[in-house]
Order: sequence, then structure tokens, then C-alpha cells
Amino acid sequence: MSSLLHAFTILAVSAGVVFFIAGTVGLVRFPDVPTRLHALTKADNVGLGLVVLGLLPYTGGLLGASKLVSVWLLTLLSGAIVTQLIARAVR
Amino acid sequence: MQHSEWSMMMSSFLLVSAILVLASIAIGLVRILYSRQAADCMMAAQLVGTGGIAVLLLVAVATETAPTGDVALMLALLAAFASVAFVGGMRGTGSKAAEGADK
Amino acid sequence: MALVFDIGIVSLLIAIGAWMIMARDTLVAVIIFVVYGLLMSIAWVRLSAVDVALTEAAIGSGITGMLLLSAAARLRQTEGAGARPSFPVCIAAGSLCALISAGLAGVVLLPADVAPTLAPLAVANLSDTGLENPVAGVLFAYRALDTLLEKVVLLLALLGVWSLGSDRAWGGAPALGAYVPPNDILVFFAQVLPPIGIVFAAYMTWTGASHPGGAFQGGTVLAVMWLLVMMAGVARAPPISSTKVRWLLVAGPALFLAVGFLGFVIAAGFLAYPVDYAKALIVLIEVALALSIGVTLALLAAGPPERTPQP
Repeated sequence: MSSLLHAFTILAVSAGVVFFIAGTVGLVRFPDVPTRLHALTKADNVGLGLVVLGLLPYTGGLLGASKLVSVWLLTLLSGAIVTQLIARAVR
Repeated sequence: MQHSEWSMMMSSFLLVSAILVLASIAIGLVRILYSRQAADCMMAAQLVGTGGIAVLLLVAVATETAPTGDVALMLALLAAFASVAFVGGMRGTGSKAAEGADK
Repeated sequence: MALVFDIGIVSLLIAIGAWMIMARDTLVAVIIFVVYGLLMSIAWVRLSAVDVALTEAAIGSGITGMLLLSAAARLRQTEGAGARPSFPVCIAAGSLCALISAGLAGVVLLPADVAPTLAPLAVANLSDTGLENPVAGVLFAYRALDTLLEKVVLLLALLGVWSLGSDRAWGGAPALGAYVPPNDILVFFAQVLPPIGIVFAAYMTWTGASHPGGAFQGGTVLAVMWLLVMMAGVARAPPISSTKVRWLLVAGPALFLAVGFLGFVIAAGFLAYPVDYAKALIVLIEVALALSIGVTLALLAAGPPERTPQP
């Protein structure tokens, strides 16, 4: 049973790291600010979500797990709003 | 496999993942901060905030350190505030980079 | 493998530190400084200093970042007007820095036979105070006098910032933030984030007695939330002559001082606590301090008064 959990963690964290790397590749290669913003925000937030998902079995109890999920939700919210602010500052 | 072997393998795997995310942050930072445009620099807090939380969580679980959910929450709140401060700071003062920014 | 990670993060920190010094544009340098603070807090967690990590993230990225941004904005007019220092001055400064770095490296890398530490004694006597977090024990029980004086120093720093305003503007409000339209997304952010921040700040202050956290971290989160509200225009910066603000500023240190004097009556002396009520008194002090620290730090970052006071 616990080897299943280990495999789940490895899969989720690997996928998360892939998204982080993809976000950085987009950040480096995209031609202008809005597309770079898009790559940074979307890819990094999905990456963080997958990493949090993968680490949920190790966080010790419902309180720790809900803390991590709320960190991810907070990052989503602030990412969405900050992206709007930055994109508007470019125009 | 034995439980302790799994633990060591898992710990190494998580640390390698943390190193990879840290490298992504570093490369992203180089790209952002060398840019001519002000808006690129404003993204720095968000990049380091999201990536930093991931690195923190991975390292904490890998080395079995005490509760780091609090530090992660603190990083999330403050990266958001820092981004707002950057946008205000660079927009309100009209830095040299902002004056030369492309549309 | 942990060693590889440590080497990685240390190299990244050194590289970012060097880059910050060499950056041309002041605003870019401030951004690099904030990034440095956020990454440093990860390094502190690696060193098992979670209280310091929380404080580094809060102060280094939030308050100090905001302070440096305002300072950079004010200096913008004078930037480039100063002359570059002469070559002998550069050499002298460089050798002094190298000497200090060598001294610090020697102290760290060539340890004494037995590193002097009071940590085991501090942890052993902690049960008398009712606390479980040794850092809180040091701050409020063993070295309470230092903590009290630090809070007073914060107030003095605030007075210093206030004195930067012109004489005409004394008693007025700081000018914070450009005009923000009422339905702006920043206004939405400033209405959604502060409730979360306030809950987190209360949690930080409360849990400081037994887990990493405490009044300083909670107070800083409060300050950051209030700064966000002021920057978005949801609330106006208060005039520095406002009585309510001044009461909030002194409430924490005053309560701390009062409890200290109470120690003459109900315990062994100044800033001593009676054994049964130690934890209750300490938590009370922490709550009051968190409020005062929040107000003090926010006003510090808001800057000197610039709008002339309304009659």
C-alpha cells in the first residue's frame, strides 16, 4: 500500500517539476511580456499544485494537508490578480 | 524494498526535484532581471514566490524538518504583497527602464 | 544529496548578492534584494531556524522592500548627480571589507574547542515559563529587557522617519500610493487578502508560545496587510497627529512595561513573572505587541507626513 503512495508522490512531483521547467522555458523564449507572464503564472501554479498534491501524504494529518492546499489556493488567487496588474502596467 | 531504502530513495528524489526547481528559478531570474523592460522585473517576486514555496516544501519533506506550512503561507502572502509594491514602485516613479519599455 | 542542494542554494544566494551590488538601476537592485530575502528564508529553514525564516520572509521581503522602494523613489531626482568615489577610497573600502570577511570566516571555520552555548540550559528551564517554544522563552522570559528596549527603539525609528517631513506637514498624513480608480483590481485584492492575512497574523501570534512564530511575525503580517489597504486606496493613511494611532503605537510597549513593574509586586522583581500566570501574561504581552508592531512598521514604511494637516 505504501509503495503505491510512494509511486503516486514520485509521479505527481515529477509532473510538477516538468511544469516548472516548462514555465521557465516559456519565460526565456516567449517574445513579449504578456506571453511571458502567461507562461510564468499558469505553468508555475500548475507545477506548485502538482507538487503540493504529491506531498500531501507526508504532511501529517488533516491540518497540515489543508494548510498546504490553502497555500496553493492563495498562490492561485494572488497570481491571477498580480498578472492583471503587471499586464496593465505594460500597456 | 525495505522501508528505510524507500525513505532514502524518496528523500534523494525530493531533493533532486528541489534542485531542479531551484535551477529553474535561477535561470528565470537571469532572464527577467537582465531585461530592458520594467514589467519583466515586476515578475520576479511571483517567480521566486511560487518556486520558493515548492522548493521549501520539497526540502522540508525530504529532510523531515518540522512544520513548514507556516513558512510557506508567509512566503505566499509576502510574495503577493511584494509584487503589488513592485508594480506601484516602478509605475509610479517611471524608472529609466519603464520609459524605454516596448508596448 | 542534501549537500548538493545546500551548495546550490548558497551559490545562488552569493550570486544574487553580488548582482544586487552591481545593479545599475536602483529599483532593480531593490527587487533583487527582496528576492534575496525570500530565498534566504529557505536557507534559514535548512538551518532549522524556522522563527528566523518567518521573520526574514516577512521583514526582508515586505517591510524592508517597501522602505527601500520608497527611498529609491525619493532618491530618483538625485541619482546620477553624485560623483563616483576616487580610486584610493575604493581600495580602502575594498580592503576593509575583505578584512572583516576574513575575520568572520576565521571565527566560523576555526571553532573553539567547546562552542559556548546556553541552549541546553535554556531548554531545560523552559517548563517554568509554561512555554514550549525556546525562542519565545528567550525573548520574553530570559531576555525580556532586550525585547522591551527593542520595541522602544522601533518607536524611536518611527519618530526619525516622521521627522523627515517638512515643518508645514507635521501632523499630516503620509502620501501613499497614486490615485487608484474605485473598481480597480487592486481594490479587489485589498479587500480579499487582508482578512486572510489578519487570520494568519492572529494564528502566528497565538502559536508563538509553542511553535515557531510570535508577536513580531504576526505584527509584521498585520503591517503588510495595512500597507496593502493603504496602497490600494481602500483606506486613507491616517494623519500622524491622530490620537487613536498614537495610542495603538504605545499600547504594546506600555503594557510590556506595566507587566514589568507589576513583577515588583507579584513576583521576584522587574520583568519577573509569577510561575502560575507566566504563560498568560506572556501571551497578553504578545497580543498587545503584535498590534503595536503592526501599526509601527506600517507607518515606518508609509513614510514621513507630506499632506498638510486638515484643521
